[in-house]
Amino acid sequence: MQRGISYTQSFFTLLQRDLRIAVRHRGDIFNPLLFFIMVVTLFPLGVGPEPQMLSRIAPGIIWVAALLASMLSLERLFKADFMDGSLEQMLLSPQPLPILVLAKVIAHWLLTGVPLILIAPLLAVLLNLEQNSYGALMATLALGTPVLSLLGAIGVALTVGLRKGGVLLSLLILPLYIPVLIFATSAIDAAGMNLNYGGQLAIIAAMLVGSLVLAPFAIGASLRVSTN
Amino acid sequence: MTDSHPTTLVSADALTCIREERILFDELSFDIQAGDIVQIEGPNGAGKTSLLRIIAGLSRPYAGEVLYQGDNITRCRDEFNEDLLYLGHLAGVKSELTAEENLNFSLRISGYDEFEPREILSKVNLTGFEEALAGHLSAGQHRRTALARLWHTNCRIWILDEPFTAIDKKGVEELEQLFLAHADRGGCVIMTTHQDMSKIGDDKLRKIKLDYRFV
Repeated sequence: MQRGISYTQSFFTLLQRDLRIAVRHRGDIFNPLLFFIMVVTLFPLGVGPEPQMLSRIAPGIIWVAALLASMLSLERLFKADFMDGSLEQMLLSPQPLPILVLAKVIAHWLLTGVPLILIAPLLAVLLNLEQNSYGALMATLALGTPVLSLLGAIGVALTVGLRKGGVLLSLLILPLYIPVLIFATSAIDAAGMNLNYGGQLAIIAAMLVGSLVLAPFAIGASLRVSTN
Repeated sequence: MTDSHPTTLVSADALTCIREERILFDELSFDIQAGDIVQIEGPNGAGKTSLLRIIAGLSRPYAGEVLYQGDNITRCRDEFNEDLLYLGHLAGVKSELTAEENLNFSLRISGYDEFEPREILSKVNLTGFEEALAGHLSAGQHRRTALARLWHTNCRIWILDEPFTAIDKKGVEELEQLFLAHADRGGCVIMTTHQDMSKIGDDKLRKIKLDYRFV
């Protein structure tokens, strides 16, 4: 009875399990994506189809919709595991908890964040986004959505034990999302004006690195508190 | 084990638990030695599950501490978790995964990398159901999927919350035999159950009684 699972193996074991569960439960993947598409397509109907106006507000719309879609999908991150007792097993696993929660968050991002990034350029066409801004849009989404998942997961971990944690969750994590939103939209705007947007991108990248390193510990500690 | 120097695996030191402003137990202390099979007894709401969760380190006691080989479990969590197998009354079985995938996952996450899942499942009478989604299994089979881990473990401390729920008579006997064998190997079993056990006699079974208190 050898115990020889390395940290990397336990990370991929959990990642694989979560992806497999999601594939068998497809609604969970499409729901946030559908929300994202609907919000973005409804805006031109609401504010009028004037191309100049749309291209002015496009970065904001896409980012706000992506942010809300990510928040909408977060609540389920630990809920199912909490309800069926798998979360307890994870907390008692001899593998380090931060590695396990990081695997869960990354699985979640692969399922909800990546589809948003892939569909975003298509929606940007609908909103007549500036030609120069596409690169910045993709770069900010690629760096920013994992930050949203990681920071959001702390809030989810804190509220997983509550029966109606949804409202509290939004209040907890929205303030943490605001810096990402500000720098991302500012980078896209700068790119639209042919300015250098490396600075904003670097700040989002710094947030990503910071949250990648620190958030798993915070999530682990929050889960221990919530299951108390 | 009838060693002259029994090793204490887990001990509770003056544990107090308060839930919903009611004292469930107060200053509860006990030692659990290698070879013990301990049943926590008490009516519904007496705090049996709370006590098990505190021993496992999932909940924190209001006062007092749980010691693993003399150390507070919050200070030696890694070693303790490596030696602990906890099955709560929620089985931790994913209904979207098959029985085999569930077992695979729970064993790998506990650190085991070489095992034969089908062979282990056959020990809990799940041969032929390896590919069935756990959500489609009966309540008893669902429970057996979780219990299968007991057949492949080198943890010494087993904490089991109502392990016999939904298990048929023959299955209960098999489990009891497994517990006895585990105790002989130098492990300990801490469990709650309302069922009578046929194989584990009163001489083998230690009981810790919790009363329902109105304070």
